[in-house]
Amino acid sequence: MALNKKKNNKQKEKPAANHPKVNRESEKNKKTKTEKALTFITWASIFLTWYIITKLGIFTPTLLPGPARVWMAFLRILENGYNGVPLWLHLGASFKRLFVALFFAIFTAVPLGLLSGYFDKVEAVIDSVVEFYRPLPPLAYYTLLVLWFGIDDTSKQILLFLAGFAPIYIACVSAVRKLNQDFVLSARSLGAAQKDVFFKIVLPASLPEIFTGIRTAFGVAYTTLVSSEMVAATSGIGWMVLDASNFLKSDVIFVGIIIMGITGVIIDAGLRFLERKIIFWKGHV
Amino acid sequence: MSAQTNKESLIKIENMSLEYGESINSTLALKNINLEINKGEFICVLGPSGCGKSSLLKCIAGYVKPTSGRVLMQGKEVDGPDWHRGVVFQSPTLYPWMTVNENVEFGPKMRDLPKTEIKEIREFFLDEVNLSGFGENYTFELSGGMKQRVAIARVLANYPQVVLMDEPFGALDALTRENMQNLIRNIWKENNTTIFFITHDVDEALLLANRAVVMSKQPGEIIKIFNVDFTNQIFEKGSKEVIYNEDYFEVKNEIMDIIHSQID
Repeated sequence: MALNKKKNNKQKEKPAANHPKVNRESEKNKKTKTEKALTFITWASIFLTWYIITKLGIFTPTLLPGPARVWMAFLRILENGYNGVPLWLHLGASFKRLFVALFFAIFTAVPLGLLSGYFDKVEAVIDSVVEFYRPLPPLAYYTLLVLWFGIDDTSKQILLFLAGFAPIYIACVSAVRKLNQDFVLSARSLGAAQKDVFFKIVLPASLPEIFTGIRTAFGVAYTTLVSSEMVAATSGIGWMVLDASNFLKSDVIFVGIIIMGITGVIIDAGLRFLERKIIFWKGHV
Repeated sequence: MSAQTNKESLIKIENMSLEYGESINSTLALKNINLEINKGEFICVLGPSGCGKSSLLKCIAGYVKPTSGRVLMQGKEVDGPDWHRGVVFQSPTLYPWMTVNENVEFGPKMRDLPKTEIKEIREFFLDEVNLSGFGENYTFELSGGMKQRVAIARVLANYPQVVLMDEPFGALDALTRENMQNLIRNIWKENNTTIFFITHDVDEALLLANRAVVMSKQPGEIIKIFNVDFTNQIFEKGSKEVIYNEDYFEVKNEIMDIIHSQID
């Protein structure tokens, strides 16, 4: 058939007027003004309550420092560091552990999880192991890891790797299981080989769940990180909080906890931002 | 009615039966199907819902292996899906992470055609389904009818020997549906495509097919095959007035009677 054949009786559809920009971020996620105000009021009242309680002097400042004292402690740590080590070194030590571990977790759990969902035999090998160690509290086997790999970063990175691996792996398996089979069948009927189906269809179709898995993994790994630093470490934000508690420096404890909370929120916001950019089609499957 | 002289057989279904499930709980979906699809034919399959029309399509596509009997394509037994038999699903299975262009190019790309040829094919078929200018859009920005047209273009881009369609217009509104019927008839006529089309709408079948296959309720058997010519008349006259003719009503009533006798 000729490619340049003249068409008869064809009513041309008008192309979309100069391609209006697609709104790829779903409107639902946008918060309204009232909701933003409510969130703000919540935090304002939390700070106010905190201030009033300390002002009334119900607890000694050693146990419950006021906002001003915590702020001063923060400035002090920012300027002089904690125990002579700058704050960013503590944060850096923690984040290095976190990101190295999650990097390896993502690059092993995603392929293994997708393969497990795809091939029952791969699942038969991996799944039971993951199911066995997943419910274990990471700190339970951390003691072993410290014995084997020492108190340094290696043991922590392995611990965080294991903690992050399971949620990503499980998300990937379930993503493949829930995959719209018509996607696979249509691809096969269009001439896609097994390999193409995997990379061009299964992998992108699973991305939304993979991202959810990665976000969960970040949460789990972050919690595990702080606890592991409290068990055995000589640096890191978790260690800073534990050390401060040994010396009853409750203002430093507060600073540490607030920093952990804020960095956690920032990391998650970054991941959600990436998610919106990469999986702009989420919810349209 | 239709005077098809030199029939070239494309697909041959021989004594095919299909059973779902294991021994005791098994249900017979298709029973003793014999059907030949010739090159350039537009075959519509009609039948009460649940009669196994879709199962028949899945067997031809290669998604399901028949329990007994065989499906032959040009003498070779069908073994799994391949690009010679394109499939259009009821709900368009367009890939939302790809643009319209990338969706249509998917088949030719999978077959490693040269880049210029892929582009040519894509432009030709997007034009064929009146969607030139929408190539850079994502599929979720399109209406239901437009999506289904992309799905058709995507399948045609592979120049399959036969296009299998499973109630492709079932989810569309009446107006869009009529446009789509005209579109698919024109494509069929212009490109001499072979189409195997499943529908539950008797009018749709008669407006499109040159052979209408009527199936029984479960287990699905072929009751009768009608050779009709309305689609050619519509194409030549450019209007649907044939549907007011006596013979149209006769065929329609006969098919209706068969289907109703199956439901009761």
